Amino acid sequence: MALTQVTSPHTSEGASTSWVMQQLLLATLPGMAALTWYFGWGTLINITLACITAISCEAVILKLRKRPVMFYLRDCSALVTAVLLGLALPPLAPWWLVITGTAFAMIMAKHLYGGLGYNPFNPAMVGYVVLLISFPVAMTMWPAPRPLLPEGVDVPSLWSSLQIVFPMLAAEPIDAFTMATPLDVFKQNTGQLVEQLYKSEALFVHGDLAGIGWETVNLAFLAGGIYLLARRIFTWHAPVAMLSTLALMTWFCYDGGSSASKGPLSLHLLSGATMLGAFFIVTDPVTSAVSNRGRLIYGGLIGLLVFVIRAWGNYPDALAFAVLLMNFAAPFIDYYTVPRTYGHDRARSALQKKD
Amino acid sequence: MNSSLGHKASKQTPQTKQSDRSSGFTSDRVSNNADAIAQVIEVREVREIHDFHGGIHPPENKRQSTAAPIRDLPLPDQLILPLSQHIGVPAQAIVEVGEQVLKGQLIAEAFGPVSAAVHAPTSGVVTDINEYLIPHSSGMSALCIVIKPDGEERWISHSGCNDFRDELPQTLLKRIRDAGIAGMGGAGFPSAIKLHPQQKIDTLIINAAECEPYITADDMLMREHAEEIITGIQILAHILGEPASVLIGIEDNKPEAWDALSAQLHNSNVHTNIELIEIPTKYPSGGEKQLIEILTGTQVPSGKLPAELGIVCLNVGTAFAIKQAVCEGIPLISRITTVTGKACAQAGNYRVLIGTPVSHVLSETGVDEAQCSRLVMGGPMMGFTLPDTAVPLIKTTNCILAPDQSELPTNDFAQACIRCGLCAEACPASLLPQQLYWYARSQNHERLEAHNLFDCIECGACSYVCPSNIPLVQYYRASKGEIRQHEKDKIVADRARQRFETHQQRIEKEAQEKIARREARRAAALAKQNASTENVSGSTLESSSENSSGNASENSSDNLNTNESDTNSGQSDLVKAAMARLQSTQTSPEQQRQKLERALSAAQSKLQRYEAQLANADSTDDPRTADQNNTLLAKIEGARLQYQDINTRLDALPAQQGPSEGDV
Repeated sequence: MALTQVTSPHTSEGASTSWVMQQLLLATLPGMAALTWYFGWGTLINITLACITAISCEAVILKLRKRPVMFYLRDCSALVTAVLLGLALPPLAPWWLVITGTAFAMIMAKHLYGGLGYNPFNPAMVGYVVLLISFPVAMTMWPAPRPLLPEGVDVPSLWSSLQIVFPMLAAEPIDAFTMATPLDVFKQNTGQLVEQLYKSEALFVHGDLAGIGWETVNLAFLAGGIYLLARRIFTWHAPVAMLSTLALMTWFCYDGGSSASKGPLSLHLLSGATMLGAFFIVTDPVTSAVSNRGRLIYGGLIGLLVFVIRAWGNYPDALAFAVLLMNFAAPFIDYYTVPRTYGHDRARSALQKKD
Repeated sequence: MNSSLGHKASKQTPQTKQSDRSSGFTSDRVSNNADAIAQVIEVREVREIHDFHGGIHPPENKRQSTAAPIRDLPLPDQLILPLSQHIGVPAQAIVEVGEQVLKGQLIAEAFGPVSAAVHAPTSGVVTDINEYLIPHSSGMSALCIVIKPDGEERWISHSGCNDFRDELPQTLLKRIRDAGIAGMGGAGFPSAIKLHPQQKIDTLIINAAECEPYITADDMLMREHAEEIITGIQILAHILGEPASVLIGIEDNKPEAWDALSAQLHNSNVHTNIELIEIPTKYPSGGEKQLIEILTGTQVPSGKLPAELGIVCLNVGTAFAIKQAVCEGIPLISRITTVTGKACAQAGNYRVLIGTPVSHVLSETGVDEAQCSRLVMGGPMMGFTLPDTAVPLIKTTNCILAPDQSELPTNDFAQACIRCGLCAEACPASLLPQQLYWYARSQNHERLEAHNLFDCIECGACSYVCPSNIPLVQYYRASKGEIRQHEKDKIVADRARQRFETHQQRIEKEAQEKIARREARRAAALAKQNASTENVSGSTLESSSENSSGNASENSSDNLNTNESDTNSGQSDLVKAAMARLQSTQTSPEQQRQKLERALSAAQSKLQRYEAQLANADSTDDPRTADQNNTLLAKIEGARLQYQDINTRLDALPAQQGPSEGDV
């Protein structure tokens, strides 16, 4: 009898990293569906393009790094990055935008640091920020949500969507109807009261909380996030801390609706990338703080930064910047948030020397 | 005993607030079953138990081995008894090969306080005392006594005490120590030491949690031997000076064992303050530190013993063994072991003699060795794989797990750690396993210690939940080993440094003394010169002078000499001392010869060592060794020269010696 020599424990729960990633992908489906319903095929085309790019990049780099390609591809982490970036990019963005962003995310932000688990920055957010800084115009062209399209105009069909994304497929350029996002509206508002904005802007007239389409998309991502929480894919600490800080800041700075108002609570919580960020980006375990206490601080500071940049920065939305800035701080947070170990009076710092 | 109960109950802290009610449970007021059940329910609800951080719920897999009662195994062909089945110093064999031994006879006695005796599990002949493979995670061998049973099971005369309450705790402790009892839960710490703490004990905890999956040895023991266990616990309480609380912690997945124990506690003949406490099933609730937290709400301070909190925690199997030792005089020669796993046809619990080879257990319990991919001693969480089936069962063996491939599949390759934090959620010690993993990989010992690596109890919960299949516990074990080794090396290095420094100081001091002596000599010589020139001129004067000293006048015949000794009266001591020193350093020719011979043999062995190294290096065709070979060759050359040098000096020695002998 050949007896295997292995160390304890001899059994495991059976969950795998790829299962975790698949759960994450599954949880993006409601948000993906909402985006597709309101903004057309663009999102799905984004995601498909991003997935193909991500997998090709990962395979090539793994080959170059002389790693077993299939073993690493199976963990589905490349797909998660691709899907998250695809969801974050404006639908109907030109093909090269998606490919550039995804390739940058995979090659520069992930594999140059050593691949899965070693990247200090969230690859999807790195890709997003690179595109936002390099191609600001393309990155701010959001199509109008379906209910706000002019009479007789529907969201572009799959074929015309493809023609928009790949202009070489079209005989003559096709234009999509674009529109300011709710956060843009508030950013550009100079003189109107919040009440007036809600009455005059079509986005808000047709919406209930934070602009038609956007509120639904955010609620859909919230639903996905709650699913992940229920499956214990991550703990509540980071997302709850982020959302509550954001809410607290909004409440604190809201003056009742003047033109200088930074926007009401519902706007900040349910528009832009708030919910996508809270449950799919901030919760990225690789780049966040590790302890629960650390994640509270990490998430809280992201919420704070999101509001600060939205309110006083140059960009209408701020999630990617906030996340990347806090990625920098995560190791530092970790040093001071080591939990109290069994049998110790208090928590100690990770930097503490032997006593 | 009963009369003291009320008193004890009233002394109990508010934390154990049910005590008033549970004292009813413990007194003889309970007369009928219905009452008993009501009390049971009450106690189940009332006792405040605490949760511990983390923990996991692996499939229990306990039913396979609880269907049949505890069975006996036929005698094996031989029994292999390791001298070290416990934590501490190995026992020392007191029998010789060929000696006839009786069942229960002491064959190896405890050596030092932290040690445990070994007894012959059956009568027979000692056939060998030698190194054998022992059940140890490192697959090492150690000294064992091998007994060939004669099948007669002849007992050595033995007797227990009539009533343990009449005995002094010291007497009982000696019995326990003489019976070779070591913690049966797995750690194997000699029980007599645990039961003799420096501190006053107010809580005795009996660990009946048995939280590891598959293992049911304690469960079955409680079902079938509740009476003995309760008596054993009473003995323990007696030894410890009747602690205020005596708690049995039992996981709620053992209702039969619970019923057996509680029925025993409700027996009107039993007067005790023992509380039976049901705790939720969660791994590792049976860890000593975790159980203490569950039952008392306090944590054992890091690096301290439970006794410092006034708590002693013992396994339920140990209580049983202690009862047998005290009341019957039976030493620890057998134990209950679970044999289970899908490859085992007759899974169940067996009463096995200590020293029974695993192969015997496997063949008697119908283990299909072809199906069984690995053999685990202990449970699936903390057990270790056996390198061979020839190893014996020992005092701490609570389970032999023979799984088939589908049951405990071999782990997949480890994937990258994504720091998902599931491990930190599962860790019962509130560590950050994911951080420990990174620091273990980078061998950052300072950070590992800052993250309290040494508080890890190696329960395996982190590895169990890890989605990336990382063998985390193995990293921690390796790192702990590295750090311990590093600390040992550091102590050695520190000592060497200290030695070197004192050596340097001594050399410096000697050099300074030398300089001082030289100065003194120079000064003396100068003074002498001055004096002698003075004397030479003076002596001419003196001879005619009346002014001369008494000495001078006495020794006028040898004026110069006298003057010399006279003027040098101070320095002559110095010279004498120098002569004496010289003589002391100048050894006799015999000593010189011995010294040279020693040096010669040292040089010779050095030469041989280098040559052996060279031969070794030659046999491996590693290109890296070319450099090493060159240095070795140089070393050999040096050693050879040294050897020759000493040889010639040795040859020269008799030549010097000869005349000196001739002189004598």
